[in-house]
Amino acid sequence: MDKFRMMFQFLQANQESFMNGICGIMALASAQLYSSFEFSCPCLPEYNYAYGIGILIVPAVWFFLLGFVLNNNISMLTEEWRRPTGKRSKDPSILRYMFCSMTQRALIAPAVWISVTLMDGKSFLCAYSARLDLREFLNESHQTLPDKDLVKLMAKIPCKDVFNGHEIISREAVSRYIRFISQACGWLFLLLMTSVAFMVRAIRPCFTQAAFLKTKYWSHYIDTERKVFDETCREHAKAFAKVCIQQYFESVSGEMLVLHGQRSHKKDKDNDQEHQRSDEEKLLGIRRKEDINKILWDWHSCKPPLNLKKQGNDSNSTNGFANGFHPQTTPKHQSVAYYSKV
Amino acid sequence: MDRLKLVLQYFQSNSESISNGICVILALISVKLYTSFDFNCPCIPQYNKMYALGVMFVPPIILFLLGVLINRHTGVMMEEWLRPEGNRAKNPAVVKYLFSAMMQRALLAPMVWVLVTLLDGKCFICAFSMSVDPKHFTGMPNTTGLDLVRILAKVPCKEDIIFRNTTFRKAVSRYLRCYSQAIGWSILLFLILLGAGARLVKPCFNHAAFLQTRYWSNYLDIEQKLFDETCVLHARDFARKCVVQFFEGMREDEVVRLPLSYGLRPRKGRAEDEEEEEEHLHGITRQEQVDHLLHTWHQCKPELDVTKIAYRPKVCITWEDHNGHTLFSDV
Repeated sequence: MDKFRMMFQFLQANQESFMNGICGIMALASAQLYSSFEFSCPCLPEYNYAYGIGILIVPAVWFFLLGFVLNNNISMLTEEWRRPTGKRSKDPSILRYMFCSMTQRALIAPAVWISVTLMDGKSFLCAYSARLDLREFLNESHQTLPDKDLVKLMAKIPCKDVFNGHEIISREAVSRYIRFISQACGWLFLLLMTSVAFMVRAIRPCFTQAAFLKTKYWSHYIDTERKVFDETCREHAKAFAKVCIQQYFESVSGEMLVLHGQRSHKKDKDNDQEHQRSDEEKLLGIRRKEDINKILWDWHSCKPPLNLKKQGNDSNSTNGFANGFHPQTTPKHQSVAYYSKV
Repeated sequence: MDRLKLVLQYFQSNSESISNGICVILALISVKLYTSFDFNCPCIPQYNKMYALGVMFVPPIILFLLGVLINRHTGVMMEEWLRPEGNRAKNPAVVKYLFSAMMQRALLAPMVWVLVTLLDGKCFICAFSMSVDPKHFTGMPNTTGLDLVRILAKVPCKEDIIFRNTTFRKAVSRYLRCYSQAIGWSILLFLILLGAGARLVKPCFNHAAFLQTRYWSNYLDIEQKLFDETCVLHARDFARKCVVQFFEGMREDEVVRLPLSYGLRPRKGRAEDEEEEEEHLHGITRQEQVDHLLHTWHQCKPELDVTKIAYRPKVCITWEDHNGHTLFSDV
């Protein structure tokens, strides 16, 4: 149980490990889909090839695209590509890196599908039984069969229950032969994919390792920043809603919480104030709809620079940068109200 | 059990995850429903098509309606769409965003049903076995005296004796199933291309406005949940105070007649309890106030500006004795 929890937490640690998890799940799903899919060769000369090769290629394409659709980074990539430069310059190598890593992950499930399909052999058998030259498997007495009939008969080879030419050609022999070709192709395919992956992994550090480290850092940063921004927005929305509802209740009652404010301040001072403080803190000084809209608009149109100010005595300096949103340092609205009910 | 709790915790982390989780569960239910459904083609020319197309399309409609009903966002969207403007301007982009999110989630389970049906092939065979041209297939039984349409209509039924010694039935079934699977995969490919295209292209158009819309739709959802929670807490404390008040009202008479026992002495802790209760009441202490509050919440939603509460004035109390001298003052 603890192992499961640790694994879960590890996978959620960042978007990349989460995507690795999704990638693994999709690979398993593709193997499972193949085994539960009822392969049904039509056994007709016109349709066999289309069906056989279609079953090999179309689900692979589908899994590849699914890998892109499920990956949240695809919209992050497009966003980073299309945003106005604002105060933060753009780096094309980061985009290339993100795209490459996404493509690599998306290729795993299709590769699993193609390998499993080739190893099993049914799709090759369906596609090529009527196309290959299989005269050597014909029995001697039927060597002169007309082509059209031969093709029709060969097309029925993948279907055990429909095949009716047992005396003309040995179905099992042809099946074995085509299956052998299919498995050879499957192993070759696996070998090719593994060698390409090996080459990419082993040789890449020979070129531009320093630049690669920088690119990897900044692409992780963009991912983390987006997640933190979304979380902050959610927290802010929650605090805003809480405070808005409280204000509404008070406005309808018309009272100003006469006794409540007094007594609880005296007794529960620490608890209550801390509770209040955390809500207020979460608002980060943003209290109006127009401010929120401006923040969200500028986040895309004019991203803040990657330059953190020092907290403390520098906050009132004449440094002209605006770093992210810290509106407490630049108060835009000040309203002062003096009430006294003495 | 713990595993399930962990998965549930992950999904409850925000409202969108819950909706996604429910959506996936509904899709899995639809697959399970299909596999446990006992498909029974009538094998009669007039009814085959009706039965098969009914099985293919009626459950998806039911699943779609279920998906819309179960989704929390449906209520949020309808309320935002239908409310009067009040103090808060309406934002049609938010309603559109909520609507499209709701439709996407509700359409998943029906699509899964239709696709599983097509990939399995039984419905297709039942519906279209009579449209096949039998000349392409050998071995059609023609000694039974039945006409062509009736024979073809019997193809989906495995147990029928007229097909006992021929390969005709299996050949036609295979052909139709291959067609059905091809259509299923084409639809799947089309949907995934649509999804990938939408994901790639959407950030190119007005992404900043999208960030705003997403924030405000999330806000509306949270606000409605918090409002319901606040109302529940308020109702509970209102009820408690009401009952205590009633008992205390009764108790006035009791105290005079009975000797003051230990249990009836005012407890020290009671003051704190009262403070606890009032904290949730927010100053709403009468039925008319509650009614007015709930009515106004829909008719005239408050504006999105919480500056006032940050600068709430502190109430000052001054205690004076009977001569008018100030004993204690907050001022």
